[in-house]
Amino acid sequence: MLTVAIVLPLVAAGVLAIYAGAGERSARWFAVAVSAVPLALLTIVWLGFETGRGAPTFQWVAEAPWIPTLGVGWRVGVDGIALAIATMSALLFVAAIAWPAETQGRARQYYAWLLFLEGVSLGVFLVLDLLLFYVFFDLSLVGMYFLIGGWGHGDARGAALKFFVYTLAGSLALLLAILALVLSTEPLTFDMRELIARQPLAGSQMRGGLVLLGFLIGFAIKTPLFPVHTWLPPAHVDAPAPASAILAGVLLKMGTYGLVRIPYAMMSATFARYALVIGIVAVVSILWGALVAMAQRDLKRRIAYTSINHMGYAVLGIAAAGAMLGGEETARRLALTGATVEMVAHGLITGALFLISGSFWQRTADYDLEHYGGLAGPAPRLTATTTLASFASLGLPGLAGFVAEFQIFVGTFAVFPWLAAIGLIGIVITAALFLQMLQQLFAGPLPQRLATFPDLGRIELAVLTVLLALVVIIGVYPAWLLALINSTAEILVGGSGTH
Amino acid sequence: MSMPIGDVAPEIAVILTAVIVLLAAAFTPQRLHWLGAPIALAGLGIAAVLCAGQLAGPPRISFSGVWAVDGAGVWARLLIVAATALVVVLTPGWFMTDRRHGEYYAMLLLSTVGAMFIAGAADLLQLVMGVLLSSVTGYTLAAYHRDWALSVEAGMKYFLIGALANALLVLAVTLLFGLYGATGYGEIAAAIGSAPAPAPQGIALAGLALAVVGIGFKLAAVPAHTWMADVAEGAPAPSAAFLTVVPKIGAAIALARLLTLFPPEVIAWRPLIATLSVATMTLGNLAALWQSDLRRLLGWSSVSQSGYALMAIAVVGLTEQALPALVFFLAGYAAANVAAFAAVTHLRGRTNIDDYRGLATVRPGIAAALTLALLSLVGIPPLAGFVGKLLLFWATIDAGYAWLAAVAAANTVASLFYYLRVLGPMYFHTETHTVPSLGRWALGGTIAAGAAIIGLGVGAQALLAPLASTSLLP
Repeated sequence: MLTVAIVLPLVAAGVLAIYAGAGERSARWFAVAVSAVPLALLTIVWLGFETGRGAPTFQWVAEAPWIPTLGVGWRVGVDGIALAIATMSALLFVAAIAWPAETQGRARQYYAWLLFLEGVSLGVFLVLDLLLFYVFFDLSLVGMYFLIGGWGHGDARGAALKFFVYTLAGSLALLLAILALVLSTEPLTFDMRELIARQPLAGSQMRGGLVLLGFLIGFAIKTPLFPVHTWLPPAHVDAPAPASAILAGVLLKMGTYGLVRIPYAMMSATFARYALVIGIVAVVSILWGALVAMAQRDLKRRIAYTSINHMGYAVLGIAAAGAMLGGEETARRLALTGATVEMVAHGLITGALFLISGSFWQRTADYDLEHYGGLAGPAPRLTATTTLASFASLGLPGLAGFVAEFQIFVGTFAVFPWLAAIGLIGIVITAALFLQMLQQLFAGPLPQRLATFPDLGRIELAVLTVLLALVVIIGVYPAWLLALINSTAEILVGGSGTH
Repeated sequence: MSMPIGDVAPEIAVILTAVIVLLAAAFTPQRLHWLGAPIALAGLGIAAVLCAGQLAGPPRISFSGVWAVDGAGVWARLLIVAATALVVVLTPGWFMTDRRHGEYYAMLLLSTVGAMFIAGAADLLQLVMGVLLSSVTGYTLAAYHRDWALSVEAGMKYFLIGALANALLVLAVTLLFGLYGATGYGEIAAAIGSAPAPAPQGIALAGLALAVVGIGFKLAAVPAHTWMADVAEGAPAPSAAFLTVVPKIGAAIALARLLTLFPPEVIAWRPLIATLSVATMTLGNLAALWQSDLRRLLGWSSVSQSGYALMAIAVVGLTEQALPALVFFLAGYAAANVAAFAAVTHLRGRTNIDDYRGLATVRPGIAAALTLALLSLVGIPPLAGFVGKLLLFWATIDAGYAWLAAVAAANTVASLFYYLRVLGPMYFHTETHTVPSLGRWALGGTIAAGAAIIGLGVGAQALLAPLASTSLLP
């Protein structure tokens, strides 16, 4: 089941890349249809996922040997956290692929790369083999590189190059850390379940610290955290809108997901020792992202920096959850659940915001906020969706962002009260910057040249409606999502102390 | 004592093929010289089968201690044969109008034998013979276009540096022979182990260092690396593919074999090789960064790849993963580098990076092969180069040389930059222009090498399983 969800988009990408007969329309609808399959499969998996006490951590597990000599195998399976993020990713891919994009006459290649990226992204979240995880983690860079470079605007090639080189550095730090972790096991295995059970580096201070550093560098670049976030703004600004949505919604999650899956779960003692440092870095990212976002005049750049801010919340929650091996279980579980909901919510909300920014670009080829104003008149649908997404992003109660941030902060207060207090400032700044952005775009006098600004088209509206409807549903009635995530958070928080 | 002819049967097969090709070239008109290619392929096929047969037997030293038939050596010779076969496939299109087309195959095969001798040598003099055979034929292959200044220059530089390096190697042999009274590896190892008085450290170190430089020349390792970029740029493209790959495979194994004779407590060669490794990969990468000529860039990248190979040699014997890492890395490197040069060959030697703009639009297949090759050289999964680098990192970390793995990782990031300088414009420029190309042979070679890159990566188990128990004598 999970294997099909990973492999099908990859195969379809290959077909699109080779089959020269596909035109713009057929390529697009083929891609939409293919990308809907993993979403359907993951929904089935979700419905069949057991959340009760005593349910196995990893479900829907499948295994096949790949390189047994090295202890590497094709191992897939999900827990609640992985399933939530993977399903959100699958949905976002359908949205991004359905989004009417300017493919510059190379529709086939464009949709092939998107499908390729879908396959490898789902791979990152669904595999249970550490080397396979790295393989997909690294391949996501290749897909994104070609999407940004091939269909971006502005200095797209420079941005793509910076993105690839920067994040490959993170990947390699990750690879070295993975190897150092695995080589301290006997017998050797890349099986994540085994590694979580064995806690290989629990006894070694020095090596454990270095390995953790490798993981942190790798995931911090991907997340991204201050000060290794500088690849993100150019990559976002110059990428085509659907690629931006995927980059923010899916690829950034690989950093935080990896943090939970590997260092948090596999070396919990070492993680706990350095959790405060991670928390501090997260708070700096929260504030830095918010403050710098505030100063941006460029619409897309502003959203990009809020991503750094929001991912900071997620990391703060993870740091709080992993800060100790026992005690404060309730608070730490809240923090971890909140962090996961933040990943899902941020994917939906920021994905929607980046798609919206794409609508602006397609109409005017301009991201400068000060060139806009009064759009509420000619574009009511655009106004409504943007406002809803922005409110969700700034954490308005009743929307998904609030559910996430509330839990993160409640959980963190019990563990790192000061960090939580400082982090809260970030929320205030974010609120200010989004309100100011909305005001700039939609209120005030309408410039003459925007008088004929077309409102959202049918497909655009449909895609945004689906994403934002979920944001509202999670905000109003989050129980179905929380039940899924909680079942795993309980095991991780409760179980990490007993080994 | 009977002569175990079977142990050198692959080499004999290749030499006989060379003779047959030479005769055929002498007695057929020029337009039929391409027949050398199928003949050479058949001979190489036989040699490969004979090599594979040797894998079954136990590791042994034969011919009175000058020839090692061990896992590492046999696998290296298999690789040499396979890589040569790919180069042979590239040749007919390139040399179709050359008057000396037929002789080229003979030269190629003799050079192959030289590389095979290097890989299997278990005696210093045997090693020197292999190096000299490989070098002399190598100069000729590099300068095969004698009317073309760049080709002649490449051959000339190769020759000058080679003459110096080979002289140093002979000097090293003299020193080591004087010190230990023998040239056979087994006898040297015994002499080192049983010497009542320790041999003079200085002379032993000097001898070994000179030998490392001499063998390093074939590997294009610092400090005898400078010929590589010129050969890659100026030699006929098939020769460049051959010379950047085949001699290296032999030299890497020979270096590992020679070094393991010396216990690290007698001569601390591991730090020395690790330093050479860092110097080689870093220098190659830095020099490649701003090249505007693809073939030159590939040449420098090939230097840096030798640096990675040296990582495994630095830790050989410390971890059982070192030898599989070395052989697998060489295999992945061979596939990728041959694929890259195959693409260049197929595009008639097109070499300016700017001329590759928009290639993906005009020739998506060739662009894809070149992309696979370059990404494999970076080490992007699941390609062959990834598994190779993974094993290298694995071996170095396991052996306690994690810092070396970290340096290699940093170098890999730097290398991505120049590979992307080629790849980016290929895909992101959409202007189209006509791109002339060679015929089916070169195309076939490109596809085969590209398939090898993927096959070795995804199907790594097929090669890794037998490599896991590979041995290195003596």
